[in-house]
Amino acid sequence: MKKIQRNRHFSRWIPALFMLALLGACSGSGPQSGQDDADSNLKEGSVAQYTGESTEIAVEPPPLTDGIFPCNDCHSDIVPNPQRRELVDFHDDISAIFNHDSENRWCLDCHDMNNRDSLRLASGKLLSFEESYKLCGQCHGEKLRDWKVGVHGKRIGEWNGKKEYLLCVHCHNPHSPKFESMTPEPPPVRQEDIKNYQPKNQENNEEK
Amino acid sequence: MKKSNSRRSFLKNISLASASALALSGCSLKELEKFFQKNFRTLSEKEKKQLIEDLEAEYKEKYHKEFHLSDKPAIDGTLFGYALDISRCIGCRKCVYACVEENNQSREPQIHWIQVLQMEKEKGIDFVHSDVHYNPETVPEEGHFYLPVQCQQCRTPQCTTVCPVKATWQEPDGIVVVDYNWCIGCRYCMAACPYGARHFNWGKPEIPEEEINTEMHYLGNRPRMKGVVEKCTFCIQRVREGRYPACVEICPVGARKFGNLLDPNSEIRYILENKRVLVLKEELNTQPKFYYFFGV
Repeated sequence: MKKIQRNRHFSRWIPALFMLALLGACSGSGPQSGQDDADSNLKEGSVAQYTGESTEIAVEPPPLTDGIFPCNDCHSDIVPNPQRRELVDFHDDISAIFNHDSENRWCLDCHDMNNRDSLRLASGKLLSFEESYKLCGQCHGEKLRDWKVGVHGKRIGEWNGKKEYLLCVHCHNPHSPKFESMTPEPPPVRQEDIKNYQPKNQENNEEK
Repeated sequence: MKKSNSRRSFLKNISLASASALALSGCSLKELEKFFQKNFRTLSEKEKKQLIEDLEAEYKEKYHKEFHLSDKPAIDGTLFGYALDISRCIGCRKCVYACVEENNQSREPQIHWIQVLQMEKEKGIDFVHSDVHYNPETVPEEGHFYLPVQCQQCRTPQCTTVCPVKATWQEPDGIVVVDYNWCIGCRYCMAACPYGARHFNWGKPEIPEEEINTEMHYLGNRPRMKGVVEKCTFCIQRVREGRYPACVEICPVGARKFGNLLDPNSEIRYILENKRVLVLKEELNTQPKFYYFFGV
């Protein structure tokens, strides 16, 4: 009699224990780990998308011509001339290709007159060359918006983590921003040519 | 006496004959095992491990390199999606060859998982008048646009339903894969695919030893054999490690976008919500996870 009672007593606890175990499992591993995952995703995503402008970084430094920076090495000795003109003595290569609303703009609309190591926003704020995208964004706001969320421009790295950015000027020459055409890779072999294909080492293969 | 023995002796002889034939043909036990290998999805963890070790050894012997063959399953909570900006693509075909190198496609006979179609702007998306063999000095050409086509990773793939041996299926992260060891080469899937995205190894695939990619996935870029079908897997060996597919990273104009459709903060979701998007042959209800969009 006692034995049976004890058994019953214990069996009453079985479902309760089971429930406890289940609860433990749920609260311990299930939702919590899911949340962790979601959090880490968000954090990683935020690196790519929602970083403030101050932390947005490019992988590579801006593609300045070798030996040309800092500009002040030369320009500190030159008296600035704010007169719009065609450059002939130096930077004539840029003058020659300049095609970026050339009717209305010239060097000093983007480069600061007094500090040539800086770019200059329309507001007069000075920018380093690393932040040149802000300068581009003055006119191309919609492109800047797309670039920030990763739709315009190229990114490499992790789809769910750290991404490496390229600046606008890595793909577009700021003085002539139209994307340059390029030589295409060879076209695929035509189907009729595949038919004539003879494996080079057919005999060897058959021997094997 | 002779009669009562005939059945037994027949069985004896036939078994002897087959055993000796087996020995003569040089068919090793390993190869027999390989012949009787089960479908990848029915393998136990232990069997998978063994299989991968065997394959790594086999590839090492063949290509004289150390290989890493992964069987990493889908990451929970991912559904991969792809978007391609038609307004940016210039038709340079860099993606085609990056894909060939990453995914160990046969160089001869040539197999390309990506086809870049050149189309006339006046005609719009018109497959009949498109040209895959365009070869001008420079691209893009005046009056044309480019439409790269690869596996569209349909949500309702027709290729998998027609496979008579279930050698191809859709993974939980949405990637349609092929078990090359299980494929019998009937090419039903190729007939069923409305995008021409599947390719058959008509000949023995040839990959130069120095160009082979040693980072591989069982369901992805491991070397194929003659007589099996292969296709784009969104670079399964890369994306399951968190990386972008090879075609995304090579694209010089940044036209190719990739991400997790289930993550509302992903680039791909931003595109779907904010850009003009289309899928190819929508009327077939294949529901591709490969989108084309206009970035401008």
